[in-house]
Amino acid sequence: MLYKLSLKNIKKSFKDYAIYFITLLLGVAIFYIFNAIDSQTVLMDVTSSTKEIIKLMTNMLSGVSVFVSIVLGFLIIYASRFLIKRRNKEFGIYLTLGMSKRKISTILLIETMIIGLLSLVTGLIIGILLSQLMSVFVANMFEADMTKFTFIISSEAIIKTIIYFGIMYLLVMIFNTISVGKCKLIDLLYASKQSEKIKLKNPILCIIIFIISAILLAYAYWCVSFGVKQMDGANGIFIPIILGAVSTFFIIWSISGLILKIVTHMKNTYYKGLNSFTLRQISSKINTTVFSMTIICIMLFFTICILSSSLSIKNSMTANLKELAPIDIELYKTVNMTSEHAAEYGYSPEVVNDSKITIKETLEKLNFNINDNFKDITDVYIYAADELTTKDTLGGSLNYVKKNYPYLDLNSSEAIMTISDYNKVAKLYGNETFTLKDNEYILIADFDGWIGIRNRALKEKAPITILGKTYFPKYQEVKNGFLNISSNHINAGIFVVPDNAVNDSIKEQEHLLANYKANDEEGKKKIENKISTLGEKAYATQTNLSASTKISIYEGSVGLGALVTFIGLYLGIIFLISSAAILALKELSESTDNKERFRMLRRLGADEKMLNKALFRQIAIFFIFPLILAIIHSIFGIIFCNYLLETFGDDELLKSIIMTAIFLVVIYGSYFIITYLCSKNIIKE
Amino acid sequence: MTNILKIRNVEKYYGSRSSLTKAINNISLDVSEGEFVAIMGSSGSGKTTLLNLISTIDKVTAGHIYVNGEDITTLKGNNLNKFRREELGFIFQDFNLLDTLTAYENIALALSIQNKKYPEIHTKVKEVAKTLNINNILNKYPYELSGGQKQRVAAARAIITKPHLILADEPTGALDSKSSKLLLESLDNLNENFKATILMVTHDALAASYASRVIFIKDGKIFNELIKGSDTRKEFFDKIIDVVSLLGGEINDAL
Repeated sequence: MLYKLSLKNIKKSFKDYAIYFITLLLGVAIFYIFNAIDSQTVLMDVTSSTKEIIKLMTNMLSGVSVFVSIVLGFLIIYASRFLIKRRNKEFGIYLTLGMSKRKISTILLIETMIIGLLSLVTGLIIGILLSQLMSVFVANMFEADMTKFTFIISSEAIIKTIIYFGIMYLLVMIFNTISVGKCKLIDLLYASKQSEKIKLKNPILCIIIFIISAILLAYAYWCVSFGVKQMDGANGIFIPIILGAVSTFFIIWSISGLILKIVTHMKNTYYKGLNSFTLRQISSKINTTVFSMTIICIMLFFTICILSSSLSIKNSMTANLKELAPIDIELYKTVNMTSEHAAEYGYSPEVVNDSKITIKETLEKLNFNINDNFKDITDVYIYAADELTTKDTLGGSLNYVKKNYPYLDLNSSEAIMTISDYNKVAKLYGNETFTLKDNEYILIADFDGWIGIRNRALKEKAPITILGKTYFPKYQEVKNGFLNISSNHINAGIFVVPDNAVNDSIKEQEHLLANYKANDEEGKKKIENKISTLGEKAYATQTNLSASTKISIYEGSVGLGALVTFIGLYLGIIFLISSAAILALKELSESTDNKERFRMLRRLGADEKMLNKALFRQIAIFFIFPLILAIIHSIFGIIFCNYLLETFGDDELLKSIIMTAIFLVVIYGSYFIITYLCSKNIIKE
Repeated sequence: MTNILKIRNVEKYYGSRSSLTKAINNISLDVSEGEFVAIMGSSGSGKTTLLNLISTIDKVTAGHIYVNGEDITTLKGNNLNKFRREELGFIFQDFNLLDTLTAYENIALALSIQNKKYPEIHTKVKEVAKTLNINNILNKYPYELSGGQKQRVAAARAIITKPHLILADEPTGALDSKSSKLLLESLDNLNENFKATILMVTHDALAASYASRVIFIKDGKIFNELIKGSDTRKEFFDKIIDVVSLLGGEINDAL
């Protein structure tokens, strides 16, 4: 009997449940898709290093899944509370008919179970279908060959989805039981009769609060954009984040009162058509939902930042590689290792011995002939002197740097190269070459943060001293260049000095740069495999020789880019759905009130076109308002991400912003349209 | 005087062929300009249905209703809205004010829907507020007002557009006796001074005694009609009570 009642209720209130159901469905499907990526990649033909990254990614995705399930759990509880509120009267009637609260809870329990089961099953089916598309996307991201298409169902992900959502539904049931237990009959029966109290805020207070929070927000913006260089350490970021969140709350708190005040003074606009009605509706809605609006705004902000940053990371990472890894391999090892150095880093005496010979000789001991495998071989040295640490290079700007960058280690030795060595490298890389007079030096770097610091010293022509001789900068700015191949701009500074400025006593590292002797990718891969097996040779334990290769850097950054993209997409989509769903539910839960109001307007003679326009505007503003605030936040958020990651060029950023906009328009927009259509349906006579 | 409202052989049936309910069974009726007509009847007599038909909220099964010469039973869509907007004013038992708007804005809304400009709206609202003695509560929200104040705001909203016909559905139904009296005097005043034509549905004999003519409906048909003529309100009230007892319904309600 109760089961029949529940089923009928669901059928009857399907319109109310539609948004709830769609959201659950999407949640289940997305949860499955991202947890099934693991099995999508099993059949992919990828190298072992990519496999490692995929493993790392699936671990991170399952970690993120816990967070996602918390977000979805809150959303579901929030949504079911709305749906219960809508049915107050129905429950009231049950109670007056003598039904016990336990039975009402049972009805709700059965309903939640039916909805839960339906959404799980359909969500999983949709998820399984979509994840087949996803595997194409995954293969594309990891640049793997999709040789054959196989239909994959991940039973592991299915079980995980069922368990996670099962727990969420269980929580919902507990919450429902509690809230039914607490309600009073009189409130249930007369809930709809209580006329809403309009809490009007003092407009002057609103203006003051708005101005203060706008100033705070502007300061937070400044902190992450123009003032970003003055942020102290990683903890500095929390101040603007907290400031931003708090000021967002107060801006939303004050803005409806403010706008209402302004527009009510623009009498001609205010008293035109249904404007006064629409404006009051919106303002009362924003007033009663300040907290959820803030959450939505912040979630949207995260969504936009996460999506646009993560989407651009991968592309810009791979784009950077052409420039930053122009050769196939870079081998390097410490030379003339002292016994103290060996003791400090735990190197054996054999390693110390190995440091006395060249890289070429070490490779021969590893049975690797460089002439057979390498071409364009370039052998250069890095020097380092105790008398030239970072603080010795800064001249008069030392105090400034100490004060503003207290977290920098200024006591490590700087890298020094001779001009002829550097020019060899620059020529090989296709970078600018230089000439030097006897008492001059040039500073080479490409890491933006450091360039700023270095330029300050160079501007005042800070001298440096090497082996007792003093050198002055040839240029008053840092020149662009680097030695180590990598996926990012990481060269903090290399001091290029005349050849006679250094000698063997301060020789620190040998670097051997080369291209593979092969004509095609296949041949290059063969040599790469040889290199990666060198570590298994017996002599490998007796040397501290290391290598970076273009292929491994490339795979690493492709993998890293893919990892960031997937996690970004996962979080971004979940946040987007959650915020849109909250807005939609809020709007629809008030549709009964709205129905009365619109019926009234109809009796006053407002025609359908006017009413639909008012409804559309009301919902549109309700949806757009948090979005606009989030977009303004995001402009500065993206500037900050850009600074932090230093990876994306403007082109990439634009592309990813367009992608993000498409995501926003599709998901957020569909929720908006569904909400509008449902509301329109509800207010129809 | 011209007839503002002409009802000709109107019928309204509910239900299916097998179980037909005749809510209105062949009613014809005229209301001339400046008249204050009350329609009385017990619950289920069809009086609210009749009002709904006149106000175009419901559609007739047969017959015609003419307001100011225009047949409103054939109106559709936006013409219907235009008709309601320009020819009719409504007062309801449960006030039907928008709780998000102030009293002033509630009254102004009726004009702004007609696309009137602000200065005109402002003068008219002030003028109407003065007549109904609600000047000092214009900036309050409905939840801050008493039932009587709310109903006078609703009345102000109904007459501000200068409709040809004001339809009042149990306007005193949710009011205490003092507020009822105040409201009825206001309606009387509107009728006297503004020449507003009012059609009021009620089952309260006291409310009906403020009208110039009372029409009694029973089981969907006109049962009786009383005209105040030169009677005092007290005498008219007694006559109404007589008919009510004859009708046999809701004696308790009527007193």
